[in-house]
Amino acid sequence: MDPLTSTADNPGTARTPGTADPAPGAAEVPSLQVSGLAYAYPDGHQALFGVDLTVPRGQRVALLGPNGAGKTTLVLHLNGILTPGAGSVTVAGLKAGRPHLAEIRRRVGIVFQDPDDQLFMPTVREDVAFGPAAAGLRGAELEARVHEALERVGMAEHADRAPHHLSFGQRRRVAVATVLAGRPEILVLDEPSSNLDPAARRELADLILSLELTVLMVTHDLPYALELCPRSVVLSDGVLVADGPTQELLSDVELMRAHRLELPFGFDPRSVTVPVA
Amino acid sequence: MGAGHAHKLYKHGHSPVHALPAHCKLAAVFCFVLLVVATPREAVWAFGAYTLLLAAVAAVSRVPPRHLLTRMAIEVPFVAFAVLLPFVAEGERITVWGLTLSESGLWGAFNVLAKGTLGVAASVLLASTTRLDELLLGLARLRMPPLLCQIATFMVRYADVISEEMRRMRTARLSRGFEARGPRHWGVLAKSAGSLFIRSYERGERVHLAMLSRGYTGTMPPALGDGPAGRAEWARSAALPLTALAICLLGWTL
Repeated sequence: MDPLTSTADNPGTARTPGTADPAPGAAEVPSLQVSGLAYAYPDGHQALFGVDLTVPRGQRVALLGPNGAGKTTLVLHLNGILTPGAGSVTVAGLKAGRPHLAEIRRRVGIVFQDPDDQLFMPTVREDVAFGPAAAGLRGAELEARVHEALERVGMAEHADRAPHHLSFGQRRRVAVATVLAGRPEILVLDEPSSNLDPAARRELADLILSLELTVLMVTHDLPYALELCPRSVVLSDGVLVADGPTQELLSDVELMRAHRLELPFGFDPRSVTVPVA
Repeated sequence: MGAGHAHKLYKHGHSPVHALPAHCKLAAVFCFVLLVVATPREAVWAFGAYTLLLAAVAAVSRVPPRHLLTRMAIEVPFVAFAVLLPFVAEGERITVWGLTLSESGLWGAFNVLAKGTLGVAASVLLASTTRLDELLLGLARLRMPPLLCQIATFMVRYADVISEEMRRMRTARLSRGFEARGPRHWGVLAKSAGSLFIRSYERGERVHLAMLSRGYTGTMPPALGDGPAGRAEWARSAALPLTALAICLLGWTL
């Protein structure tokens, strides 16, 4: 019954398909498949106009776009917080929606921008335990899961501290641990580098690279996208306008200008060696 | 603003009192306070005995008396009412140091003061030996309605965040040359309070979103940590209310 126990004997990797996966050949199934997704807010404002996006298992993709492009709206569809007006979202073969909302929310680990929104329990330990406990994990198994997640982000020794007593960078790492504890299929990061000092920013990058997870990263920090994500997609006015290797997209001056994307002063995306897709 | 400093009550330590499970301590303090309130006010000696009892617990907990006494100052505003009683109460008047006071008022004042002080002392002692999150866990274990537990948990978590936000807004006001000097400036303060409310409300919505994303369905999962308390722990915690029960009964019979 418990969707989490299916992967309990595989610590260290969240990519092993759980028994809830529909077919034995689940390795072929992409982590995320968004097709024809359209959505209008109740006030009539249409945010998405038919978005198609497929993210194969293990790939790291940056979702770029100016403010108001619909990035957050897209992210909130991935775990069924918003219900598509048209089209569908499929996570590792499971369609996001009513009957299996809990499993979808476990599979899609969203790390929100402000860790103070994400970390709502009195201690780090309780916060990391929240997701797995909500899914029915108890006792020693739960403790082990919490420890494992905190260990992966290097915060195990802070388990008993209150989130508001941690530094901002530490809080963001704990926020990542809170979703890792659910052993997600895909990690969705909303502006992961915002408000971080350069050292904390680099530590978070090291952490994301070490996870070996499917990652969708929403960001305005283009060098960060280049460093971490071999592939990028650009969302502008509710449509995906570009999809390709990050270095290529960032070097396309026309595309960048057309969608209000700007590189930091003096930064040349062609001057660095990047991970291959 | 004191909200952000609620945890300043706690005094870290490793005494036997610190080690007891929070729900045992909560139950013990609650029973103790009930017994103190149930003691007849004429049994003056009993209140002395209660004080000694609390002092003994404080000694075992190794919390410095200074820490406890300074934190008991919270009682002061409530004492004002007790001080007024002898002057305003009806009944037989007696003269003390040249003042004509009501005898029943004096007893009333003593009653409020003695019982109030003992209650505050016991609570401060509890708060000094128990972390806030343990207290919340303890309340949950004692079957406090889950909704109230959740509200208290969020209050503890976000008191600091919100007071920090308030401090930033104050800094922003000061930086733009604003200083509240009189009623003319209350409008600005009211607007700040309003926007703080809106910000907190919106944060509440974002937190709810984050909770939903992690599988929240309306009930909090049961807490981590040690399970129900053992018999020995309950027995040790019962020492305080049981002794108090003896004193209370003696107070009624003697």
